[in-house]
Amino acid sequence: MADPAGKPKVAFYWCASCGGCEEAVVDLAEDILKVVDAVDIAFWPVALDFKRADVEALEDGALAACFINGAIRTSEQEEMAHLLRRKSGVLVAFGSCAHLGGIPGLANLFDREAILDRVYRTAPTVDNDDGTRPQVRAETPEGRLTLPEFSDTVRTLDQTVEVDYYLPGCPPPVGLIVDAVTAILEGRLPPRGSVLAPDVALCSECPRKTTKPERLLLKELRRPHEVLMDPETCLLAQGLLCLGPATRGGCGAPCVSANMPCTGCLGPTSRVRDYGAKALSALASVVDSNDEAEIAAVMAQVADPVGTFYRYSLPASLLRRRARRHAPAGGGVSS
Amino acid sequence: MREPEISPDGAVRVGVYICHCGTNIAGTIDVRAVTEYAATLPHVVVARDYKYMCSDPGQTLIQQDIRDHHLTRIIVASCSPLLHEHTFRAATAGGGLNPYHFQMVNIREHASWVHEDRQAATEKAKDLVRAAVFRVYFHEPLERREVPINPDVLVVGGGIAGIHAALTLAGARKHVYLVEREPSIGGHMAKFDKTFPTLDCAACILTPKMTAVRTNPHITLWTYSEVVGVEGYVGNFKVTVKRKPRYVIEDLCVGCAECIEACVYKAARFPDEFNLGLGKRKPIYLPFPQAVPLVAVIDPETCIEFKSGKCKKTCVEVCGERNAIDFTQEEHTETIEVGTIILATGFQVFDAKRIPYYGYGVYPNVYTALEVERLVNASGPTSGEVVLRDGRTPKSVAIVHCVGSRDENTNRYCSRVCCMYSLKLAHLIKEHTDAEVYNFYIDMRTPGKGFEEFYNRVAEEGTQLIRGKVADVYPEPGDGGRLIVQAEDTLLGKVRKIPVDMVVLAVGLEPQADAQDVRRMFNITCSTEGFFLERHPKLAPVNTFTDGIFLAGACQGPKDIPDTVAQAGSAAAEALALIDAGTVELEPNTAYVVEEACSGCKTCVPLCPYSAISFMEATQKAQINEVLCKGCGVCVAACPSGSIRQHLFQDEEIFEEIKGVLAHA
Ligand SMILES: Cc1cc2nc3c(=O)[nH]c(=O)nc-3n(C[C@H](O)[C@H](O)[C@H](O)COP(=O)(O)OP(=O)(O)OC[C@H]3O[C@@H](n4cnc5c(N)ncnc54)[C@H](O)[C@@H]3O)c2cc1C
Ligand code: SF4
Ligand code: SF4
Repeated sequence: MADPAGKPKVAFYWCASCGGCEEAVVDLAEDILKVVDAVDIAFWPVALDFKRADVEALEDGALAACFINGAIRTSEQEEMAHLLRRKSGVLVAFGSCAHLGGIPGLANLFDREAILDRVYRTAPTVDNDDGTRPQVRAETPEGRLTLPEFSDTVRTLDQTVEVDYYLPGCPPPVGLIVDAVTAILEGRLPPRGSVLAPDVALCSECPRKTTKPERLLLKELRRPHEVLMDPETCLLAQGLLCLGPATRGGCGAPCVSANMPCTGCLGPTSRVRDYGAKALSALASVVDSNDEAEIAAVMAQVADPVGTFYRYSLPASLLRRRARRHAPAGGGVSS
Repeated sequence: MREPEISPDGAVRVGVYICHCGTNIAGTIDVRAVTEYAATLPHVVVARDYKYMCSDPGQTLIQQDIRDHHLTRIIVASCSPLLHEHTFRAATAGGGLNPYHFQMVNIREHASWVHEDRQAATEKAKDLVRAAVFRVYFHEPLERREVPINPDVLVVGGGIAGIHAALTLAGARKHVYLVEREPSIGGHMAKFDKTFPTLDCAACILTPKMTAVRTNPHITLWTYSEVVGVEGYVGNFKVTVKRKPRYVIEDLCVGCAECIEACVYKAARFPDEFNLGLGKRKPIYLPFPQAVPLVAVIDPETCIEFKSGKCKKTCVEVCGERNAIDFTQEEHTETIEVGTIILATGFQVFDAKRIPYYGYGVYPNVYTALEVERLVNASGPTSGEVVLRDGRTPKSVAIVHCVGSRDENTNRYCSRVCCMYSLKLAHLIKEHTDAEVYNFYIDMRTPGKGFEEFYNRVAEEGTQLIRGKVADVYPEPGDGGRLIVQAEDTLLGKVRKIPVDMVVLAVGLEPQADAQDVRRMFNITCSTEGFFLERHPKLAPVNTFTDGIFLAGACQGPKDIPDTVAQAGSAAAEALALIDAGTVELEPNTAYVVEEACSGCKTCVPLCPYSAISFMEATQKAQINEVLCKGCGVCVAACPSGSIRQHLFQDEEIFEEIKGVLAHA
């Protein structure tokens, strides 16, 4: 496990993600030096020039810890996940996408065909009269070219390989990363399968908590651009759909502090199986009406229900994806 | 997932019992097949079918198996939990297990009774049994909690229902608070002269009961008062009562009426409420001669002292040393604690103006039945003489049944008492005036002890009974002052137009105008017509869905005095049963906040229909009062971070149950 100098080997990898998680690692600032000091980074495609072959050359289990961010969408990502799983002692799903599917997971509202059709044919910016589509394999005079296969459904990391721990967040908050790395290095880990963050919702650490009224019932939902926000009052009390009550804390509420309602990136607490369903049921409970039409009108103010309640967690939810039999062939799907 | 409770030898051991319910279940479901299937499910040690599981031998079977096979979970697949959950929980406890290690499966109402396809019904029964087997694995032992019952009772409404309930309870030496909105108790019955079907004098039977209320040391009577707040739960209600000022001190007034005599108004000038405006009263008045309490009331709207502050106050002068009149009285509230509550708020009569073609309020000689009750009453505004507003004695009278009852446009229901009181009024009017009386009815409804006999008697007396719904009431041409009552006589098959001097509208019984407010305050429900809803129409007719709150009289639906009194007695008995038990057991299926998990987001606080949830400032977390919690589950579903759980409905239990029921799919 350790190199001759006795430093544990660590790897970072990215799958279907935006790169923000890599930024988060860099964001560790001077803390990263401590990490670099304490470990030997054996693989980090974004920053260091190691190749897949270098990983394959490692003995199984040689990596003390591996942090994978991003969801699983392509065959290459799947292969790498399996490879890194084999080589790692502790495998951490890093960030919302690896943890719950993340933003890329919203693609589960469509299927492969619909996505490729949009990207290579119907999008207004596309100029592709030949209807060329990416191929998994192409024979060219120079030889055979291959591309990873694009799957129909986005999966979380633990729907692909066994995961030991989860670092939630989009991206994970620096403090949680430092705590997690320290815990791994010191061998002070909670039970396998744990999310390395507090198991209490955000309201508990929100600076606006004391202004939240005891009997909060809503007749109107508003979006941030429609409100002149009071910087101190609970956002939900201002009619903004803050998902703090449903979302794991541990981030220190930076969004809420910056007048942005919580969008739920740290995901649910351990006690909730389906984040979106729970958040929706909580919101539905506080709509202040018994009149069906009025309730429908309030709920209609949620501009994009799936994108709001399942923004980071559609693949991990009980729904997982839009049922395929309803997807119109080749057509766009709206929700 | 939490680890389940296991048997001493370390295993969950399930016994499954499939009931035939005679042929109720076995007629449609292959009980043998279900039993054999149950035996193959995980952790099932014993599976049996039996003719009647609820019978003594059926229950003994369970208990014997618990001992012989060291069972730790019991499942009975039979009828509705509403019927026998209690039975089997008790049997399970009798066998030495925690009663909540029992689970009931309803394969009668949910399968055999609602399906005809034997094969499909049998498969469904298997699914339901499997769900229970999966679920019971996670059951935990639960304890029922006991809370003491405050023996004091609140009775709201002092009509015959409230009076009878209060006297019954006081007879058992329980302290009763009787709260009546009007200045006197008595309700509608106090307005009647005679009562059907026996024609006994209403005052003769009611007044002694009213006086008994006044003198009974176990009854605190608060008239001119209303309940304005109710908190708490069965056994421990906290009630706030608003007491309106009558400007006469109850304890000092002796009811001599000298003040009324002495009032600067020489003649009575203001419409008298008790006589429905048919008579007049002064600003200071006694509601009626038999009023209880017999204490004068001052109406500040008409009293000169209140209006100008410049009255000679001859009333105060004559009251003299008794000093009972007090213009400075103010409204105040009292708070009482009681363990049980009986609602006896009665009814209001249908507003006859809502049917314009009967001409009430337009033609002076159209009366409501309640007004005529006052006219025939010896202590009424005309001293019992039935005379028209112009002083004439009517020679012909039409009584119109079903006004505001059995009518698509007003109330669809039958008001139950109108046929009978219309016959009574026909008899009384005839007796007082010798007039020709015509009763127009749709159907004659006289189901009750002595009712049909009463009907025959009235018919024999010569009352004209015309089967037909009155379509119109209009003045006779010319200036005879008579009214024409027009109806299609469905027995003769022709339209009849009968000129009469007086029309009496048999107005129906409706919920009190404020029934919805009262319902909300006491946290009970109303039926579609707006009367208070009983818990079960047959088996719990005086109970409500809120434990410890009972119904008596016409507030629950139209009924006559005998039924009202029977129900009042029954409500009193239900209250006494609780009081006598001393404590109530509360179901343990309550919700609880997992304190370390709660973020204090407060989402749950306003949702609880029983106000069981409070936000604790000290901990900044929510807390559920388990005595108030009814286990409705609203907060459990709403808690955004899954930090509220519920006994008997833990996530594991529910998800396993779902998995079980869907496992074949
Ligand atoms: C015209 C007519 C004639 C009838 N004749 C007969 C007859 O001959 N024989 C017979 O058996 N039945 C007769 N009935 C039916 C009879 O009136 C009822 O059965 C009986 O009055 C029901 O009694 P109760 O106590 O339930 O209601 P009520 O008599 O309506 O009494 C309810 C009492 O509660 C009080 N109250 C209401 N709301 C509140 C509140 N929020 N707080 C405090 N107090 C409140 C009211 O002021 C009233 O005193 C007749 C009905 C009518 C309309
Ligand atoms: S709802 Fe949002 S803004 Fe309000 S207290 Fe919770 S996290 Fe803070
Ligand atoms: S379960 Fe229902 S009754 Fe109990 S505390 Fe929650 S909301 Fe109130």
